[in-house]
Amino acid sequence: MSQTLNIQNLHASVDGNEILKGLDLEVPKGEVHAIMGPNGSGKSTLSKVLAGHEDYEVTDGQVMMDGIDLMDLEIDERSREGLFLAFQYPHEIPGVSNANFLRAALQARLPKGEEIDAVGFYKEMYAKMDALSMDRKFTGRAVNDGFSGGEKKRNEILQMMMLEPSYAILDETDSGLDIDALKIVAEGVNRMRCPERGFLVITHYQRLLDYIVPDVVHVLFDGKIIKTGGKELAHELEEKGYDWLTNELVAV
Amino acid sequence: MAEESPVSWFAAPPVFDLGLELPDWYLKLQETSWQTFLTLPEPARTDQNWRFSDLKKVRFSELQAARPAENAEALVQRAKAERAEDFAAHFVFVNNRLVHSEINELPAGVICLPLNEALVECGDLVRNHFMKEEGSLGGAKFAALHAAATLSGLFIYFPQGSTCNSPILTHHFASGDFNCVFPHMLVVAEDQAEVSVLETFETAADDEQTFFFANTDLIANNGANLQYVALQDESDHGPKHIQLNSSRVGRDANIKAAFVNLGAAWVRQEAIARMMEEGSDCQVFSANLANGIQEYDQRTLQSHEAQHTTSDLLFKNALYDQARTIFAGLIEVQAGSHHTDSYQTCRNLLGSDQAEANAMPGLEIDADQVKCSHGSTSGQISDEEIFYLQARGIPAEQARQIISLGFLNESITRLKSESVQNYLFDRVARKFKSLS
Repeated sequence: MSQTLNIQNLHASVDGNEILKGLDLEVPKGEVHAIMGPNGSGKSTLSKVLAGHEDYEVTDGQVMMDGIDLMDLEIDERSREGLFLAFQYPHEIPGVSNANFLRAALQARLPKGEEIDAVGFYKEMYAKMDALSMDRKFTGRAVNDGFSGGEKKRNEILQMMMLEPSYAILDETDSGLDIDALKIVAEGVNRMRCPERGFLVITHYQRLLDYIVPDVVHVLFDGKIIKTGGKELAHELEEKGYDWLTNELVAV
Repeated sequence: MAEESPVSWFAAPPVFDLGLELPDWYLKLQETSWQTFLTLPEPARTDQNWRFSDLKKVRFSELQAARPAENAEALVQRAKAERAEDFAAHFVFVNNRLVHSEINELPAGVICLPLNEALVECGDLVRNHFMKEEGSLGGAKFAALHAAATLSGLFIYFPQGSTCNSPILTHHFASGDFNCVFPHMLVVAEDQAEVSVLETFETAADDEQTFFFANTDLIANNGANLQYVALQDESDHGPKHIQLNSSRVGRDANIKAAFVNLGAAWVRQEAIARMMEEGSDCQVFSANLANGIQEYDQRTLQSHEAQHTTSDLLFKNALYDQARTIFAGLIEVQAGSHHTDSYQTCRNLLGSDQAEANAMPGLEIDADQVKCSHGSTSGQISDEEIFYLQARGIPAEQARQIISLGFLNESITRLKSESVQNYLFDRVARKFKSLS
């Protein structure tokens, strides 16, 4: 079975407007792929479609994760199969503590009747929070409720570290982060890079990729990948701007 | 005149004889209260305080004073098995009678006695504070009935400076069709005292029509801190639960009063908070989970009667099926009570199209330099929120439960003591589980 996240000819629309228009992409395990693109190119749509958001209708194409057709699975099943989405705008869940939330997510992965070992759970969570320089008080605080932008993003990375996905999609995780928070988040991600895990890092800015150095960079424009290259492509984009590619595209 | 009263909830006054020599003032009060009860009209639609209420629910008949129950020992075991972990003392009443008491640790000088014993042992102290609230949010008839009949519940007196962080627990059980219980709770915290009370109302059986006529008076004098929590976890069909509460907050004192409702077919709760002197602060919380055809009817008053007083109220209802809730809350800033800060919020989470949440917030301000806000919202769980939980692997149905539980937990987490919070959270979670 192929150990990749494989997207072929993906078409998706929201409210009848086609946003993804035949997107092809393959992220093998062990690699970090970055997707860059101007606003409105379909970056966030791609992350929502992969996670299974119901507002997005997949009209054509397929997505295979380690040989499993993602589109056959419910949102929560995709997560349990090993897909993780770090949200651009993580939701607040008042009254539900971070610890209880993570426990529920881990519990959902256990066979019926099996209970999480509470001591081991807290030990692991504390260790991972330390790695992200998160204060212990966040365990008792309601999920993202009253968190700053940087705290929310760090919390997303904590969830990723706890759930240990096979494929992680980071949707503009750098937005709203100052440089210190960005470094911490990037370090958390880098620590998780391993041959058993693939990353899809969606970003508008090259800055994040100085800290999470990608193996491959894709440029998304108007719902399609228009260019793929190495990490130097990100720098090129930063220098020349997206117009460099999009004008070229229009000229062709 | 009394004979002409159309009301015949009881064939006879629902008093019971414990073989005690009760003080004259109390016996007299019982008698006049009974007459008042007979004279006062039944709740009527014309009374603003009963707007939106289903008045059929208060057309009582064939009520009777509860007789001793045979299953008391089993109920004591249940109460002990399920009680909050940490406690200073624990009292269990079944059908008005004390059947279990246990004292872990209470500071010297504290009085914590069943009402009937307190009347005998420190009657004058009880008399100074007993049923003094004259204001009413519609339940005057119930107050009179309670005064006429109660010999159940606790008198708690914390003298100046005595503090106890662990809660005093009480359980009140009702058992047997048409039986009425009259749980009383009178808590007096003298200057700088600190006291916490956690009261639980339950029923012995699932299918009995039982009636709770409870009254709770909380008094916090200068600098005192008092927390009172009521968990009503009776059977969800059959029981009717009426609870009148008053809080009187002294200078720089604080009272937290909380009401959690999970059971009962019909609930009427009235809470009056009086901020009497400078620096008084009162917080009133409620978390209610109603399903089936349960109806919870809650009326509140935050009365600011001095300068520089504060209050905060947060009521949360989660409704399913054809459940109904009514919230009517008034903030009253009395003449001259300048620099008042007062807030009132009622939030409803609708889990069904047929559920009905009524909210009537109100403000009356007769002072300057006042900060007041009130608001109520009703809504459903947002799809985006469910998506977020699902994206972490949690199935949609469970996601809804977690979000709803969190919604109610928000008012529970405002309370002091983790063991009290956990106790309430577990009970709410237990009811959520039973819904699915």
